[in-house]
Amino acid sequence: MLRLNDVSKTFHPGTADAKLALDHLSLHVLPGDFISIIGANGAGKSTLFNAICGSFFTDTGTVYLDGQNITMLPEHKRARQIGRLFQDPMRGSAPDMSIEENLYLAAGIGGWLSHITAADKKSFRDRLALLGMGLEDRMKQPVGLLSGGQRQALTLLMATYQAPKVLLLDEHTAALDPGTAEKVLNLTRSIVEDNRITCLMITHNMQSALELGNRTLMMDRGRIIYDVSGEERGKLTIRDLTDKFRQASGRELDNDRMLLGTEGKQ
Amino acid sequence: MSFDKILSLGQTALELGLVNALTVLALFLSYSMLNVCDLSTDGCFTLGAAVGAVVALSGHPWLSLPAAMLAGSLSGLITAVLQTRMGVQSLLAGIVVNTGLYSVNMAITGSKAQLNMNKTPTVFSMAKEALGGTALSGQYKLLVLLAAVTLVILFLSFFLRTRLGLSIRATGSNADMVRSSSINPTFTTTVGLCVSNAFTGLSGCLMAQQQKSFDINMGSGMVTVALASLLIGGVFLGRRSIPLRAVGAVLGAFIFRLVYTLALRLNMPAFMLKAVSSVIVILAISGPYLKEQGVLLLRRYRAAGERGTV
Repeated sequence: MLRLNDVSKTFHPGTADAKLALDHLSLHVLPGDFISIIGANGAGKSTLFNAICGSFFTDTGTVYLDGQNITMLPEHKRARQIGRLFQDPMRGSAPDMSIEENLYLAAGIGGWLSHITAADKKSFRDRLALLGMGLEDRMKQPVGLLSGGQRQALTLLMATYQAPKVLLLDEHTAALDPGTAEKVLNLTRSIVEDNRITCLMITHNMQSALELGNRTLMMDRGRIIYDVSGEERGKLTIRDLTDKFRQASGRELDNDRMLLGTEGKQ
Repeated sequence: MSFDKILSLGQTALELGLVNALTVLALFLSYSMLNVCDLSTDGCFTLGAAVGAVVALSGHPWLSLPAAMLAGSLSGLITAVLQTRMGVQSLLAGIVVNTGLYSVNMAITGSKAQLNMNKTPTVFSMAKEALGGTALSGQYKLLVLLAAVTLVILFLSFFLRTRLGLSIRATGSNADMVRSSSINPTFTTTVGLCVSNAFTGLSGCLMAQQQKSFDINMGSGMVTVALASLLIGGVFLGRRSIPLRAVGAVLGAFIFRLVYTLALRLNMPAFMLKAVSSVIVILAISGPYLKEQGVLLLRRYRAAGERGTV
């Protein structure tokens, strides 16, 4: 489905600030995988997503999506096949425009001069109702008036309106309060399962990293240091994960937020 | 002042307001929708005037309108290419194009800083002939300008509801979201600036023909005047639907002209126009900020007072 071969990226090359953010990383994601990704701050998790999305072009290596080489494809051309949610709920939608206008652009239906039709509104309404947040009755309101949780749920709907081949979730519930976070996460799970979307999710919550999905990656210094799935993963505890981190990186995992894993149900 | 006099002043303000309204509508698209402050507006206004005057002088008054719009959108295309494909900052792109347009405009007029169209057929004189004898013949200027402004408002109301128009609005609101909707913000910025500058060019063209003269400096300060009008209009109809906001922009242009005309009556020298427009823009943009600071200052003052009493 998604394959990264020997991908590297250095920021600020040739300066004192040079940072090797992705270090000859290779990854093969199978169709239908739901992968959770953990790692300390600066491990390269978001950089990995940026490389997949095309926010920058990688220095070396190739990226394949569904057999197509997308290494040099610009970001907006990959977007139809790759959906992405950020931690910041404000990043995914245009605040000055109404809910239906945002959905219309995300849905990508019609030519440049086409309008929102009654049929479009009907299907937006149906899809919004699935969120269970009452947004279907506020379709004319500007998105800027919504709460963070509502906006993130809307972004989720926008990113998956036309089911993408891959969905990238970059701690997309971390900025929400625990109750809303759980709701958005459940929505994510049902949308991903219903549409059989291949999914990669960055999380700081080790518990949900192990509970959700079928495969877990641990990253450090731009590399994948631990890749676990199947039976072995089923038996893992948070303690095992921290031990693995120490073994693989030779350091203690120095992130309280990750260790405790109690910060909300992400 | 007699009633007739007031009426004629009002009409002049209305006519000039309507000419300026086209530039205000252009900025409504580029500034309010696309969130780009297009500083090439001054030069583009003059460009439209120059092209319109030269085409009218060559005997094609109707052709002058599309010609001026085409010239304007070409200028917008260059501004857009500079800022989206050549790494020039948005504001700088506008300034650079604005400077360059002075030479272009002089080249178009054949190195003449002024052109006289007193005996040249213009769209206004054509309209006057066409309306000759009817009850409306006295208002031919107003009718031409009203038609132009109405058409532009109708166009914008339609255009900003299309997928392309929505993409342009989204580019000004959140470019990340545009990219993740598989739309190239470079493309939407380019289209937005081309359309917006077409209206600026049309505005200049009609201004020159209405005054029956062209001056190389006639666009100078236009961006500030138009911005002031846009912000005045926003006070009245800023939070409404797109068509109403466009009408608000026209209303703002008219109010600006009216206040200016009245100020001239009260013996304010004509050269004060630009200072007035600058002050309006400064007040409209910094007003909310200053208000916030004022509230903070008041709270600090009160807190200090309370500390003193304890």
